Amino acid sequence: MRKLLGLLGGLLAVHIALSFVRPSGAAVAATGGGLDIGVVFDLGGRGDKSFNDGAYAGAERAMRDLGARIRFVEPGEGSDREAGLRMLAAEGMKLVIGVGFIFTDDLTQLAREYPNVAFAGVDFAVSVDSAGNPVPPPANLAALKFREEQGSFLVGALAALVGNSKKLGFVGGMDSPLIHKFEAGYRAGAMAVCGDCEVIAQYAGVTPEAFRNPGKGKELALSQYQQGVNVIYHASGSTGLGVFEAARTLGKLGIGVDADQYNEAPGFVLTSMVKGVDNAVYDAIARVKDGRFAGGIFQFGLAENGVGYVYDDNNRALIPDAIRARLEALKAEIVAGRIQVPATR
Amino acid sequence: MTPERRTALEEALLPPLVALAVALVAGDLLILTYGEAPGAVWRLMLEGTWGNAYGIGQVLYKATALAFTGLAVALTLRVGLFNIGAEGQLAAGGFAAGLVGLALPAGTPMLLAVALCVAGAAVAGGITGAVPGVLRAKFGAHEVIVTIMMNFIVLAVLNYIVSAHLHVPETLHTPSINAGAVPRLADSIAAFHGSAANWTVLIAGATIGAVAWFLFRTRAGFEWRAVGLQPGAAEYGGVQVGRVWRNAMILSGAIAGIGGVNFVLGYKGYYEDGFAGGAGFLGIAVALVGRNHPLGVAIAALFFATLSQGGLAINAMVPKQMVEVLQGIVILAVAASVPEVRALVRAAAGKRRAAEAS
Repeated sequence: MRKLLGLLGGLLAVHIALSFVRPSGAAVAATGGGLDIGVVFDLGGRGDKSFNDGAYAGAERAMRDLGARIRFVEPGEGSDREAGLRMLAAEGMKLVIGVGFIFTDDLTQLAREYPNVAFAGVDFAVSVDSAGNPVPPPANLAALKFREEQGSFLVGALAALVGNSKKLGFVGGMDSPLIHKFEAGYRAGAMAVCGDCEVIAQYAGVTPEAFRNPGKGKELALSQYQQGVNVIYHASGSTGLGVFEAARTLGKLGIGVDADQYNEAPGFVLTSMVKGVDNAVYDAIARVKDGRFAGGIFQFGLAENGVGYVYDDNNRALIPDAIRARLEALKAEIVAGRIQVPATR
Repeated sequence: MTPERRTALEEALLPPLVALAVALVAGDLLILTYGEAPGAVWRLMLEGTWGNAYGIGQVLYKATALAFTGLAVALTLRVGLFNIGAEGQLAAGGFAAGLVGLALPAGTPMLLAVALCVAGAAVAGGITGAVPGVLRAKFGAHEVIVTIMMNFIVLAVLNYIVSAHLHVPETLHTPSINAGAVPRLADSIAAFHGSAANWTVLIAGATIGAVAWFLFRTRAGFEWRAVGLQPGAAEYGGVQVGRVWRNAMILSGAIAGIGGVNFVLGYKGYYEDGFAGGAGFLGIAVALVGRNHPLGVAIAALFFATLSQGGLAINAMVPKQMVEVLQGIVILAVAASVPEVRALVRAAAGKRRAAEAS
């Protein structure tokens, strides 16, 4: 018994002693007055090579270039989303950003409760009233949405121009309206340059698991390549890694999504449809800094450089100059509004 | 206090205290390796949890779900079974509560609506628990395997139903319920403003009391405990062991299912895919640290809820993973210190008896 109490006392003594240790370089709490920004990530969190990492990159750039002080919060379970946003808002952040459509309700509620704090939601899901009109978010809440269909249009055109086949492939993740947007744009882009082309579109599943199934992605891609497809565009999270795997096996081409995915299969990635979450986040922080922040629905398309395709030293050899010029012409047409890209199938 | 009681109390209280001390020191070292001051981090954690009404509310909210799942696991451990399926049972209960709330017409009297939703949650959780229970009682299928597999099945089916048929466009949740919302604590006590705490915490308290009464004050409860301690002896004494196992799994599933009410009726007002977020699995740790006693489960639930909410509060200084590591250390320390501490406590009690006898 004495031994046990001795152990307990000893541990507590060590704990109390350690509590007084102050390592140099320990974080100092924000004092207010500066450009304090809070970012709450989606449950997927950092390291997803998609919008969470994109948001992080944008915030980091703001830290460097704009002198912003950024606090990141990684929520654990459902109620942590609201708790994280609330904590940051209550601490007097100038801007609080929720990353992912799942923050839609939480952001709307907190924007009403804290009218003096600016809020922004990446991929914010704008609700629609019974008449089909979008319901505007509160005045201090910016909904950052992306026109994925426009970027998909360009990679669709590119796939048709360099694919050397009348058949084009598309592998989607979860069969859902969000991913239909990518398919619709891709199809429209292919048709714009090749009227008799055919797009074979397949989805990996009907649940969010479909975004995490590389085996299924490879299976779908192999069967499409065997049907005569030479290029496959995927919008399927890590399922797409299977698509690249199939491309590497058969010596065909894949197109990446969200971020530049060239490194997933060097030499077999034609390009990637990039979504500029980093730019959108950076832009929102910059607007807060300049006092230009306003709520509302912000669409990031080709015109705003919110979406685009990768063209750099890695894939220059795969894209002839004439085709590059053709793509830029199409891009100009979309920016000018002469081509309307459909967002639904 | 009789010597036996004193020994029992020491056996119950000392292991968690030792585990806590180990975890505190381990936490200190972790924080130091991250280059922060342990004192400041602990203070921030305490301020963010028990330091104000909002923090207390958040802790109560998180503890509510953990109390249900912890109780569900503890109940099965009392009859010698191991229910790993609380996660799926919790989700099934929450989904059923949401469905009943959607089906009821708006304006249904609150108490009636809540009672119907809770009943729905209990039935759904109970059915989910009945499958492994019956398979165990009838065919001897190992409940650990079956409950793990049931988690996958239930979560996948719910996921499919919600994402394919019931969700609000561009989201992963169902439409809001028409009736059956459980009021927030903040509605009556303004200081709780903003916290997710709701009156489901009362249902949790009542369930804890009811399970304690059942286990220790009724004949059936005695039979259940006898099965858990020594199934062969219980059978010889006339207890139908298979039936006890089946009923225990059903009741366990029902309790875990009611836990889903906390999020669905008490917080968001809709079923959201993935809302359980590991509360079912954490219930295993809650039962272990709570020593399978309803009161212990309540305390352990509050403790793990404090860690979870505290982890969010200190997220500015240390990464979320640190709190997860800390959770693991507490669980390991409790598991390791129980037999060790028991041996020491018993040796001390033996010495006391010898001293009294001489």
